[in-house]
Amino acid sequence: MAPVLFYILSAVALIATLLCITRRNPVHAVVYLVHAFFALALIFYLLGAPLVAAWEVIIYAGAIMVLFLFIIMMLELAPNEAESKGTGWQRWLPVVLLALALITCTLLIMGVEAVGREGVPAYYASPRDFGYALFKEYALAVEVVSFQLLFAAVGAFYVGKKEWRNGGRK
Amino acid sequence: MIVPLEHLLIVAGIMFVMGLACTLARRNLIMILIGVEVMINAVGLTLVGGSAFWQQIDGQLVVVLLMALTSAEVSISLAMVVYLQRRKGTIEADQYNEMKG
Repeated sequence: MAPVLFYILSAVALIATLLCITRRNPVHAVVYLVHAFFALALIFYLLGAPLVAAWEVIIYAGAIMVLFLFIIMMLELAPNEAESKGTGWQRWLPVVLLALALITCTLLIMGVEAVGREGVPAYYASPRDFGYALFKEYALAVEVVSFQLLFAAVGAFYVGKKEWRNGGRK
Repeated sequence: MIVPLEHLLIVAGIMFVMGLACTLARRNLIMILIGVEVMINAVGLTLVGGSAFWQQIDGQLVVVLLMALTSAEVSISLAMVVYLQRRKGTIEADQYNEMKG
């Protein structure tokens, strides 16, 4: 069962990515990319990485894509909806189909235990192992990444600041 | 490992190529950033697949570091998008073809 789910989810992810990169409207592209991230999160879960799957949904689909949407709407980058062709259901059909496939796969995963091909339990990284490995072996990497986040915050603040030179904006 | 590693690498490769094509072909800065996101996710899929294949946890740890890296990259590049939009009033990449020395 798990291999079938993997192939279905891979197809969903690839179709959603293809639709994403061909959209003209950035908002539609972001919506399709969220579908692709959900499919990827389910693939991560099937591969024995439940924590990474949760963070994929929380960080990528939750935080980063909302940041994209926020910038698109703040700068009013989305084109006008009036000239788009096709009736209502034709435009909604791909999104609805992808979402239905994702919901079905989620329900199937909930009913299927994570068992490998030969019947042996698949590899599964528990949050406990994960935390031990992350904060013992990779402690230096965590420090470096935290510094990087600090630098990114300072840089974003510097770039986004309105009045930096000449005491005011021209 | 539920599927052969080759199939997973094929999926990740197709996704990476789609992100690369989006980054190279599109002229909208937002779409370029979305292409970068797609590429980073394809790399994450490869790392998790390797983690499952070799039964080691290191791949998943690298994915978590990659997520932190991505959030830093996105925050600063979207700040750049806002800055460029404020400066020239457009985010088409072809408009930024001159240097001011």
